[in-house]
Parts: sequence; structure tokens; C-alpha cells
Amino acid sequence: MAWDSFKRIRFRKKKEMPGGLWLRCPDCTAMVYRDAVTELLQVCPECNYHFEISLDERIACLLDEESFEEIETGLSSADPLEFVAVKRYADRLVRAREVTGLEDAIRIGYGTIEGHKVVFGATASNFLRGSMGSVVGETFARAVELATRERLPFVFVSGSGGGARMDEGVLSLMQMAKTSAALARMDDAGGLFISILTNPTMGGCMASFAALGDVTLAEPKALLGFAGPTVIKNTIRADLPEGFQRSEFLLARGFLDMIVSRIEQKSTVGQLLDHCRIQAPA
Amino acid sequence: MADELEFEGPILKLQRKIEELQSFAESTEIDLSAQIEELRHRCGELQREVVDRLSPWERIQLARHPQRPRFLDYLSQVFEEPLELCGDYQSGEDPTMFTGFAKLAGRSVLVVGQRKGKNTKDRVLYNFGMSHPEGYRKALQKMRLAAKFGIPVITLIDTPGAYPGLEAEERGQAHAIARNILEMARLKTPIVCVVIGEGGSGGALGIGVGDRVLMFENSYYSVISPEGCSTILWKSGDFTEQAAEILKLTAKDLQGFGIVDEIIEEPLGGAHKSIPESSKLLREALIKHLDELCELDQEVLLEERYQKVRRIGVFYEQGRLIAAGKVVEPATSPELS
Ligand SMILES: [Zn+2]
Repeated sequence: MAWDSFKRIRFRKKKEMPGGLWLRCPDCTAMVYRDAVTELLQVCPECNYHFEISLDERIACLLDEESFEEIETGLSSADPLEFVAVKRYADRLVRAREVTGLEDAIRIGYGTIEGHKVVFGATASNFLRGSMGSVVGETFARAVELATRERLPFVFVSGSGGGARMDEGVLSLMQMAKTSAALARMDDAGGLFISILTNPTMGGCMASFAALGDVTLAEPKALLGFAGPTVIKNTIRADLPEGFQRSEFLLARGFLDMIVSRIEQKSTVGQLLDHCRIQAPA
Repeated sequence: MADELEFEGPILKLQRKIEELQSFAESTEIDLSAQIEELRHRCGELQREVVDRLSPWERIQLARHPQRPRFLDYLSQVFEEPLELCGDYQSGEDPTMFTGFAKLAGRSVLVVGQRKGKNTKDRVLYNFGMSHPEGYRKALQKMRLAAKFGIPVITLIDTPGAYPGLEAEERGQAHAIARNILEMARLKTPIVCVVIGEGGSGGALGIGVGDRVLMFENSYYSVISPEGCSTILWKSGDFTEQAAEILKLTAKDLQGFGIVDEIIEEPLGGAHKSIPESSKLLREALIKHLDELCELDQEVLLEERYQKVRRIGVFYEQGRLIAAGKVVEPATSPELS
């Protein structure tokens, strides 16, 4: 994929970033020119840090132009535990919907990547930290079942700092089983699952579907793990080594196929889809 | 008594009074049997009342009780001829996770369980019930062995969670748990899972996918520990009781969500009151469920296992409230308008 074709993808200004021509990279702390970051699909030109992006931006940089056909599931979260801690889950949901314009932390649909038709999905890391409750689990499972039925590759981008959504208690935990069981069936049917991990993917999401790709890619420097760094620090009562739980750390320990910059993801996934053709049923 | 729990106070007081009366009767040879019988009766009633009214936090105290029967108690009292199998065949041996063959009422089974230990030395040896990735990989390796020979799997869950440590992360804790969940969902042999004490999040689910999921009456199963929940949501460790309440983590809650198939009653006052009695109840439940599952066609078994996890969840779909795969509220609910 030529570099030039990416220039056409224009991301709208990020609301959460303060205005101005310059912004500070949270990783290398350099002041970088905002337009330069946008040009690189929200990647720091100094250190290759990948800023979090919205689902629209994700779709724009991974799928072929205009190819995304969203599947409207009509699913929305209930509040089965009537969960009230410092804040009410019901209020948190309302607020998250307002802020993101999304119904929940996941979207799925058909699309093409370098001309290959796929079932595509992604979590929205800005909706309750991309956490998985009943709706995320159910939607994911439906996407997997659809891909299995239609013998299409399944490409899913995970970004979930929240892991299993605490507000739905053990129901969230069990979505780990639901999503993984659906992937088991897809695997039995000879399906292909390409799992793309972005910053951050933790807890119940990392310990279920996100870790179960036939091929697993990660963006550079993404935080990926089971337990959160603070929990680990408190357990071992020591500081964590530099780069702990980052993509490069996982790659070195054999848990990733590759680290791929955002700018190269589409062409890399296209190559994988070209290699791994789903076989006709025996 | 160091291990006495607050809510047991009135019961223990009554029990001490009964003991006093008994020794008084013995030493003075006065017949107090009628009074003693009456007190015993009252004590039983009181216990039943207290148990019925236990808060989630109090049940967690029972689930974590130092004298509570642990995996090794059940291994020796429920099963015959246990034969431990070690190693994950990849990189290490995790003593927390037990795996091995045994007999149960004449049938070969694979037993998988989390050891916790009852004294300081054992607690440290078993890492307080927190498994490393090697434990999960060992469990999977042995479950595949069992499936190959048509041997049913029984998992006994008792963990505060998978170990959240540096080396555990380095060696792929998330991957090990994820892989187990996936493979258990399609393992070609019956699986019965029982939460005997603590069902701590992914650490529990990593050996927790099966055809039947049972819980002891005073065990708990949660997405996060009440301590963790309190720290994250209240930024303080002082709200564990409230956290235990709102997380809906008791056996009854899980049965209500359609996650748990059966609750195993405990001896009055908790499983630690009688380990033989608790073991007997567990044994009976396991035999009953295995008898049923072993009758099933493998295809039916696996389809039902899939549907069992597939159904779990509560959400709105086009305005209808769906819980455990059923419409529980039609689309006219006010939430929609
Ligand atoms: Zn930077």
C-alpha cells in the first residue's frame, strides 16, 4: 500500500486533546506538531507512540474506503445488578453514550481489506474504557458466528483497558467464556481469526478473545496483559522494569506474531488474508 | 477461639452454655437432659436463622474460613486412589494446581483443583491458591489426556485469582487462561466444575468452563474481589462489605443469572463444621451429574455446553430485555421511550 493513499484519510480533530498546533506525546514527552501526528494516523513522529483513535478512525485506516457495512444488532446494555457504587452504572452508560455517540463499546460489520471480504469488529476504548459486558460479549459472539457461517475471515481490533466490565459483575466475567467458545467453533470450522491488539488491552479481554487469534498483531508500545501494572506493583512491592507488558515485551516472549505500525496494518493484514484462505468444507 | 466469626457469636455462646450444663450434669449427676435438649433445639434454630440471613460479605468470610475444607480434604474424602500427574510439558510445575486421576464410585475421573494450604508453610507453597500460567497449562494438558481416553473431568475451584505477578505476566498468564477457556468449551469429555471456596475471576474461569457448574452454598464467584472493587471504585480499601453486596457474587445470585446449575448445601454454620458431611454432599452431587452427563451423546453434550455459555448475559435487544437467552420483558418497557 502506497504511502500516498493514506494521506487521503483525514481524521477529524480529537475532542479530548486541548486545542493548539502542538501537543505533548505522553510517551516521549516531546512537543509534536499536531498536523504531523494526524498525517501519520495519530502516531507520534518522534517515537512511534500510537495515540488512541476512535472507531471511525480505526475503520478508515484499516478497511478499504467506503467498504464498511455496519451490522446493527439493536443491542444495548441493561443494568442487571442495579449497580451503584460511587457512581451508578445506569448513569455511566448514559454519559458514555452521550460522549461517544455509540450504543456500547463495540461495533461490527462487513468490510474489505485490500479487496478481501471480512467480518470486522472493534472495541471502542473510549466507551467505559472498552470494557466487556453482556452487549460486547454477545455482539462479539454474533460476529464470530456470522463469520463462521459465511466462511469469512474475522478481523477484530481490541482496545480495552477496562477488561471485563465490573458493573455487570460475574455476567461480564462469563462473556470471556462466551466469546472464547464462539472462537472455538470457528476454529473447528476452519475459520481465520486475525486479532489486532491496541493500547491498552487488559484483564478479561486479554485473557479471552484478544489472546486467541490464529495470527496476532499488536501496535507498537501497546500495554497488553492480564493484571494491571498497579496491581502487580502492589503484589511484588517493587518497581516494574522498563517496557513491562508492552507489545515489544510480549513479542520477545513469544506471544505475538508481529508488531505492526498503524500505517502498515492494512497492507499487512491484506497479505495475511491472501495467505490464509479459508478451505472449503471437507 | 481465633477462628470465630462475628456473626457466630450468639450461636457459640449458646453452645458453650450447653457444654457447661452437660459438665455440670455429669459432675452432680442431676438429670438436665430435658433442658439440654431444649437448648440444642434453640441452637439449631438460631443457626438456621443466622445462616439464612448471612450477608454476602459474611459468606465470603465463610468461603475464606481458615478451617474450611480445601481441595486436599475433598481429594482424600470424595475420591478413591488419587494419582497425581505433574508438569505442563512445556516449562514448569505449578504446585498450586493439582491434576491427577482418581476413582469416583468406580469410574475413572480426572481431578483438577486449586490447592491453598491450611498452615503458613503450605499457604506459601501453594501461593495462597493463586496459579501461575504453568498451572493452567498443566490443567489443559491433563484435560486433553483425559478426553483422549474418554475420562470425565472434575474441577474444584478455590482461588482468590490467578497470580498477578511479574513472572506470571512474562510467561503469558492471559494467554494461558484464554486458551483453557477456549479448549474447555470444546473438550470432548464431560466436565463438572465446582466452586468450593473462592471463585476469583479469570483465575477461576481458567478451569471453570463445563457442562455443569456447581457452587457450595457459602462460596462466591466474582469478576473481581471485593477488595479490588473497593480500591478501584472507592479509591479506598474500606468498602469491601458494600463491594461484596453490589457485585452479586453469592451462589444464589449466580443461580439466578443462569450461570450455576446447582447449589450444594453446606452443613449448618458452614462447610468447616463438618468436613466429612461436606465431602459426602459433594460426592453425591458429582456422581449424580456425571451419571447424567455420561449418558449423553458427545454431540449433544458439546452442543449443550456451547448453548450454556452462549446464553449467559443480560441486555436489551430492540428494546426487549433478554436474560439467559429468554425474553423477560417485552419491548414496551419505559426505558425505550
Ligand atoms: Zn512520542
